[in-house]
Amino acid sequence: MISDRLRTRLEPVILPLLMAAALLLAWHYGVKWSKSNVFPSPLAVQKGMAELVRKGLLWKYIADSLWRVGVGFGLGASLGIPIGLTLGWYPAAGEVVNPVIQMVRPISPIAWIPLSIIWFGVGNPGAIFLIFMAAFFPILVASMNGVRNVPAMFRLAGQNFGLNPVQILSRVIFPASLPQIVIGLRIALGIAWLVVVAAEMIAVDSGLGYLVIDARNSGKRYDLVIAAMLIIGLIGLILDLGFRRLETLRAVRWGFRQDA
Amino acid sequence: MTGTKSGSAVSTHSATAARPTKLRASGINKTFSRDGVVTPVLENVNLEVGEGEFLCLLGPSGCGKSTLLNIMAGFLDPTAGTVTVDGKPVEGPDPRRIFVFQERGVFPWLTVEGNIGFGLFRLPKAERERRIAHYVQMVGLQGFEKAYPQELSGGMKQRVEVARALAVDPDMLFLDEPFGALDSITRLIMRRELLRIWQAERKTIIFVTHDIEEAVQLSDRVVVMSTRPATIQTIVEIDIPHPRDLSSARYLELRDGIFDQIGLAHKI
Repeated sequence: MISDRLRTRLEPVILPLLMAAALLLAWHYGVKWSKSNVFPSPLAVQKGMAELVRKGLLWKYIADSLWRVGVGFGLGASLGIPIGLTLGWYPAAGEVVNPVIQMVRPISPIAWIPLSIIWFGVGNPGAIFLIFMAAFFPILVASMNGVRNVPAMFRLAGQNFGLNPVQILSRVIFPASLPQIVIGLRIALGIAWLVVVAAEMIAVDSGLGYLVIDARNSGKRYDLVIAAMLIIGLIGLILDLGFRRLETLRAVRWGFRQDA
Repeated sequence: MTGTKSGSAVSTHSATAARPTKLRASGINKTFSRDGVVTPVLENVNLEVGEGEFLCLLGPSGCGKSTLLNIMAGFLDPTAGTVTVDGKPVEGPDPRRIFVFQERGVFPWLTVEGNIGFGLFRLPKAERERRIAHYVQMVGLQGFEKAYPQELSGGMKQRVEVARALAVDPDMLFLDEPFGALDSITRLIMRRELLRIWQAERKTIIFVTHDIEEAVQLSDRVVVMSTRPATIQTIVEIDIPHPRDLSSARYLELRDGIFDQIGLAHKI
């Protein structure tokens, strides 16, 4: 028998792997027994993926999608954080702008597609605009609330040590709200990754979202559709895990655990 | 009340004559208004604090002693009256007068070093490092320079905050129930440490507490405040030299005198 210690260490790895294997088997036999000639089997999807790699499309599409998300998300963060900090810092301004933010925020970024085509035409700028719209609001709201939730004591201490308003913002308010900002960034990145697929379906001719729609339109290649879906899911998972690593950095870790 | 022996222990509003005046509060009134209801918090508070003095403001919770401290530190404006330090009116917080909160005031995103050096940004790097090392030593946190507050105990966090305040070399410290959240053993140790630091650095300290024993152990004078609206009920001089013997007759006499002043029974 394996020791309890080994078991507690292996279980979190082995059980999910078993679960995945069971799903693959169910998928395989589900396709086989239903005699579907549209829905691909896991093997067909694996072959499709190999074909994409061979043609050099897979890495190109992944890179294109990541680049669009990177630019749109980067713009969202570089505008959302300073504007959010400012609105949180000047509550009066925050109150003026907040109703507008709360009204625009629940509109799905997808709804901006027609306008983005008018403003930016079909191509990268339109897709990036949609991703920007997806990322901007969560980052803005998290930064604004982050500032509002900074204990007054920190601000008073900053004043007491003779910091000017700019120094209080950069040395007290920003680091104090950083944990909340990081959470906002993680949520925004997740939404941006969701939206890049939709954006690439309408605006551009490369990327993983384009792959999904193109594989279906040009020859009903459902093996490629599902291959693309799996890769989108996998990259989403990796991005999220990466951000969770960021939350363990010492400068923000205090915000994610209760003090002892 | 059993206040027969308290007469000699309790003196009235006399300022300590030996020291020059550091801080003077004259005619301080403070009212808070909320939803149209005006609540008077402080009423005609007059107080002089001598240079290098250790003064305790003592009163029940919520009596307004923290409000008075915040006014003296420049965080709050009085409704009427003035506060002067070295003869100049207080117009806001100032690095020469540092307010020490309970240990929650340390910055959780900075290390012990980062916290202690927080107010030293105008100094050259070498001097900054020298002062950080000096005050790390003074509060006994050697070996914890790179630690973050969440890795420290409550008492250690309080030490960081005291060191952060001392590092900018202020004339005055305002302490608002600084040891209130600590356990009783740590609290005793911290009182001894604070006295040691005060004797070494000779800052003027105004210390708010609701703990009678704490006030008598620490201070040169205890300002006993009445319940809201707070006025100064009496000022008690603690004429026992440090280190103070907590079972000496004089200590007990002064302590019991304050118990009587506040109207507390000696039995529980």
